[in-house]
Amino acid sequence: MNLVIRKREKSLGWGVLVVYLVALALALFVCALLLTLSGKSGMGGLAILFRAAFGQGYSLLDSLVKAIPIFLCALGVALSFRMQVWNIGAEGQFALGAVGATWAALTFSGLPGFALMPLMFLCAMACGGAWGLLPAALRLRLGVSEIISSLMLNYIGILLLEYLVFGFWKDPASFGFPMTAEFSSGGQIARIAPGVLGKLHWGLLACPIAGVAYSVFLSRTRLGFELAACGEGERVARYAQLPYAFLVFLVMGLGGALAGLAGSIEISATVGRLQPTVMVGYGYTAIVVAWLARLRPWGIAFTAYLLAAFRVGAEVMQLEMQVPAAIGPIMEGLILLCVLAGQFFLTYSVSLGRAPKPEAACPGGNGAEEARP
Amino acid sequence: MSPELVIALLAAAVQAGTPILFATLGEIISEKAGVLNLGVEGVMALSAFAAFITCHLTGSAWLGLLAGGMAGTLLCGLHSLVCQVFLGNQVVSGLALTLFGVGLATFLGTPYVGQSTEGFAKIALPLLSDLPVLGPIFFRHDVLVYLCYASPVAVWFLLNRTSLGLGLRAAGEMPAAAAAAGLKPQRLRAFGVMAGGFLCGLGGAYLSLAHTHLWTTGLSGGRGWVAVALVIFAFWRPGRAVIGAFLFGSVMAFQLRLQATGTNVPSSLLLMLPYALTVIVLVFSAARARRSGAPAALGVNIEPED
Repeated sequence: MNLVIRKREKSLGWGVLVVYLVALALALFVCALLLTLSGKSGMGGLAILFRAAFGQGYSLLDSLVKAIPIFLCALGVALSFRMQVWNIGAEGQFALGAVGATWAALTFSGLPGFALMPLMFLCAMACGGAWGLLPAALRLRLGVSEIISSLMLNYIGILLLEYLVFGFWKDPASFGFPMTAEFSSGGQIARIAPGVLGKLHWGLLACPIAGVAYSVFLSRTRLGFELAACGEGERVARYAQLPYAFLVFLVMGLGGALAGLAGSIEISATVGRLQPTVMVGYGYTAIVVAWLARLRPWGIAFTAYLLAAFRVGAEVMQLEMQVPAAIGPIMEGLILLCVLAGQFFLTYSVSLGRAPKPEAACPGGNGAEEARP
Repeated sequence: MSPELVIALLAAAVQAGTPILFATLGEIISEKAGVLNLGVEGVMALSAFAAFITCHLTGSAWLGLLAGGMAGTLLCGLHSLVCQVFLGNQVVSGLALTLFGVGLATFLGTPYVGQSTEGFAKIALPLLSDLPVLGPIFFRHDVLVYLCYASPVAVWFLLNRTSLGLGLRAAGEMPAAAAAAGLKPQRLRAFGVMAGGFLCGLGGAYLSLAHTHLWTTGLSGGRGWVAVALVIFAFWRPGRAVIGAFLFGSVMAFQLRLQATGTNVPSSLLLMLPYALTVIVLVFSAARARRSGAPAALGVNIEPED
């Protein structure tokens, strides 16, 4: 008797949900354990998390506000992950988007909102997109791994933002704080209903638009099909004569534009100016979200909300229980690790029993070398 | 610049390059065995804390070093578990490891921020340290730097002159063939990842025990990512890793010196230097690295046979 591992012939159906819930529970359990070990209440921490995600009205809205940039970045990341291009530069593209939008807002501050806002979005998407195209070009022309170059561009992008804010964009009236002047009213996204819906702002509208565009692009256009086909890897794509290079440029550019859009919405709606504190790692959370959602738009929407809620929960824990803010990334890392391990059970079934005798030993075992998407 | 200043700068470069070299060598072992580990940044952060806290509590720098190495091994064991047993995607698992490792180091280290520890003291080697120029640059450091001089040779020997190294490389080039030859590629990979994790852990331990002697958050500061990039620059060869690590050590030392002397170059631009250099270094080595060096089955998991 030993463990027999087989590839599943049909998908697990609702079992998928069970796998995810168990993985999530395991990750949260370890977090609670960590809290307990550091002398805080583990159960209290979990209670705060769930209150943030599903409880009180105020934190629900706060979670929704945080979910907006995470959702947009995650869509962009998912686009490139679909073809096994590892864009982990959403954080830097987000920063560049914020920089682009700020340039537009400060330069054309006299314009009315209906003209200034689209201009800011355009600049943000152009800057973020360019920041995404850079690793794509390096990868295609010179064979530089996009993983490392896009990650390095995160650091560089954030430092560029700081350079501008500490330097010649600094507001002389800010008493030495690193921030730009406040945008004119045309450059700020309004709240939907300040009395009722708290901080929720009109930037929310970008999410359904981008989400629908994402699914239509993938399921209804020729390019979308080709993109999915490229998911099998570069060699397959080139063999099938798909426009691989073009598609890499496209997903990196679009991903960057989406992250850039997220950056412009974030600064224009929540702080109304550019300051380094807007960089809180949404771009990294987006990677976790995209993978947990298995790159599907509805999944991304739900997971973005869930992880945004966990971020709010982590903030509340910090305030109420004096837990270090780092509990947030710990949680995200653990959830991702547990889900990665759990996804094994979606592809394979494990049972106790005697392994059936293979009818003929298959030579070579080519199957062993395929990359698992 | 006066000669004394150049010598001091080069000595600082050796020190700054040491943690990077440890981490690069660790990643080389892991990748040679076929496992891409993007968690180096997290491993360095966590092992820096493990080393700090052990040294802080026990007063023994050597125990601290061991704790750093073990923390690296354990964390990479997690990566190995997710990728080898559960066949998780190596890229994503590595990223998760970085999130988790950096987060955990910050979380556990918060109460200790600003506290210092004895760590390793500088030991001038007899005779060698009296050499002109070379003495002050290479032979007036702490014992970890000397350990670091020996490590590329040790890693080279392991990979190229032992049967274990041959097995590791086979698991990274063609696991199916290795299995057919009676080896156990899964176990070899797990060993490679964890042994590499130990070296990365030593790199992390260096940061808190010998570089700063005190705990702050963000101690790893992107060095883990530089190490991942340097593996490509080094074409997976320990010897070239030395050149890369020293190059980055020089840039970091130079940048610190410039900041300390108070130039009018904004600090954000200076801080960009190592990251920009990483991209530049990759630009100049990527083409050749593709043709020679990369293990054939790097990043590809071994699937169970049906």
